[in-house]
Amino acid sequence: MSDALRIPVSPQDHVQGPVDAPITLVEYGDFQCPYCYRAHPVIQELQQRLGDRLRFVFRNFPLTEIHSHALHAAVAAESVGAQLGSDAYWRMHDMIYEHQQDSPTALSDHHLADYAAAVGADTTRVTRDLEDDAFVDRIQADFSGGVRSGVNGTPTFYINGTRYDGDWTDVETFAHDLAHHAHPATA
Amino acid sequence: MSPASRETPLPAGTPAPDFTLPVTPDQRVSLSELRGRPVILAFYPADWSPVCGDQMALYNQILPEFAKAGAELLGISVDGVWCHRAFAEDRHLHFPLLADFEPKGEVARRYGVYREDEGTTERALFVIDGDGIIRWSYRSPVGVNPGADGILDALDKLAAGAHTSQEVST
Repeated sequence: MSDALRIPVSPQDHVQGPVDAPITLVEYGDFQCPYCYRAHPVIQELQQRLGDRLRFVFRNFPLTEIHSHALHAAVAAESVGAQLGSDAYWRMHDMIYEHQQDSPTALSDHHLADYAAAVGADTTRVTRDLEDDAFVDRIQADFSGGVRSGVNGTPTFYINGTRYDGDWTDVETFAHDLAHHAHPATA
Repeated sequence: MSPASRETPLPAGTPAPDFTLPVTPDQRVSLSELRGRPVILAFYPADWSPVCGDQMALYNQILPEFAKAGAELLGISVDGVWCHRAFAEDRHLHFPLLADFEPKGEVARRYGVYREDEGTTERALFVIDGDGIIRWSYRSPVGVNPGADGILDALDKLAAGAHTSQEVST
């Protein structure tokens, strides 16, 4: 019911794009959610089109009771990011979404370790982090913050701190609505 | 508030009407049994709505936060107990779903959240305090999952209020 993003973007977030970009798009997403899978190429297209005018932030919102691999997928991405930094996090992020629909077990621990290896991470460490449920506090903090902002499912988007309920499946509409925020009417 | 205005959810400050509803084929739950702690009543139109945006799946995931506030969550729809059981098993729900099934929608009517034309309940939320008084209510457009921020804010206020009155009394 709330429209406002309550947790401001911070250095703790996973961010792509310049910190002073006029448009900030925040996604609350779940690595196993098929709608997020659909949103992934749309966001990549938006990033292509808007370039440095767009800052994209991904926050975890795993619905673990219905998506049994969602939490571990998030852990694996965090593990890769902790080992190799932000660029690697995003390569892993993309890799997980690109493979999400390959098979029902596409996000099993075994496959997650393979994706981590493909982006250059130490799989022993990733496997250990999966076994230890490492980074769960961070993932849970993303989730709780989202709940407080009124996130009710995935993906939920915020443009410059305001919830976006437009049609994110359509690149043209989404791009238009984002651009509108980049050039707000000034009084 | 006129008693005839049934489309409006019972507002804050109203004593929550007591009810007893089936929760499984052989168990019933009464609101009055839960006195002493906050209760969240979540009326929703039907079991089996789409997965990722599903309100009950979301609340299921948020149960630990509700538990932190000492609150009990009850889902209510006009679906029958067997339907609820299948739905709860399929979605791994860890909270009770009450069947407002016979007489159909009777409890929803008493809370002002029955949709006569559809024969279902509204999508509506009530936060009831430990004394059985409604402290917050909200009706969402029926197609819109209202999330949980309103519930958590209401529980925060309840906790803050309880804290204040405790300070006053000591």
